[in-house]
Amino acid sequence: MTHRNHDPINETLAMSELDKQLLNEFQRDFPLTSTPYADIAARIGVTEQEVIARLRQLRAAGVVGRVGAVIRPHSIGTSVLAAMAVPAARLEQVATLVNGYPEVNHNYEREHRYNLWFVVTAADQDDIDAVLNDIQRRTGIRVLALPMLESYHIDVGFKLHWEPDDRDIGEINANHQ
Amino acid sequence: MQTISEQDRRLIEAMQDGLPLEPNPYAVIGRRIGMDEAEVLRRIAALQACGVIKRFGIIVRHRELGYLANAMVVWNVADEQAALLGRRLAKFDFVTLCYRRARRLPDWPYNLYCMIHGRDRKVVMQQLASIIDRCGLRGVPYRILFSRRRFKQCGARYLSRATELERPPVTARRAVGR
Repeated sequence: MTHRNHDPINETLAMSELDKQLLNEFQRDFPLTSTPYADIAARIGVTEQEVIARLRQLRAAGVVGRVGAVIRPHSIGTSVLAAMAVPAARLEQVATLVNGYPEVNHNYEREHRYNLWFVVTAADQDDIDAVLNDIQRRTGIRVLALPMLESYHIDVGFKLHWEPDDRDIGEINANHQ
Repeated sequence: MQTISEQDRRLIEAMQDGLPLEPNPYAVIGRRIGMDEAEVLRRIAALQACGVIKRFGIIVRHRELGYLANAMVVWNVADEQAALLGRRLAKFDFVTLCYRRARRLPDWPYNLYCMIHGRDRKVVMQQLASIIDRCGLRGVPYRILFSRRRFKQCGARYLSRATELERPPVTARRAVGR
């Protein structure tokens, strides 16, 4: 629970109006032009250098993972969600072992008997099976593979609410059909 | 699922770590894979149009933005209702993913998953109550699994082990790592 009392944004990186505009307006439809950062700059009234510098800072702070493509699951390569019920005393060791696979791109502790949840993405099912079997063999703990059968979510980016009291209860995203 | 050309696969791989934060990022990407800038732009647009790229833009990390409560909610719904309920759940803008997955009986009977990101647990519990109310999910068995530690979060990699010659197979790496 290292993050419990830590609000990284408010403590270490004050969100400026520039940040809010960047993060609100460019999670999708990023300019597909020779000079996307200059085009963004022109739209929000700053310089290209400011946009680039700020994105670099946001990425360094971890607020921005990257600028890039979100690929529809299973359209290139394949992936699976996996869960393990790891004894508490071994959780850190097993999590580190799982992290060691480049095919693992998410790995979280969750509050359940199945307490370790990770996603394995690879070129094909054989590679996925190899990773899951390897983890099972090395840890002696069963890996529950939970393949996706159908996706219902249309990714339009995450609508950010800047004020902590802006509670966002039950709002339906107008961008969905 | 359509097959992706080798060229498109290389383009996606070249962008896996993100668009360079430099004035002409698409040209930089193109140089890495021997494609000119105009072609890079055309292919990204085409991949978006056919749905392989769901979204192209800034990818934010919720926790760093103060969304500290991350809940995976899993439901055990009748298979024939999953699609209807899934589409309803997916419309809430705090729901960031919504999938139907295989059950693993008897250990794991849940087949419908959604992810909720909120600023704190209280908000997420209110959002969940709202979903249950508005999607007709009263009485449907579910579990809410809040995240604790994040051990890893990064973009997916799609490179095949077979094409990554510098990287030995899993078991060999294990021996090296010990």
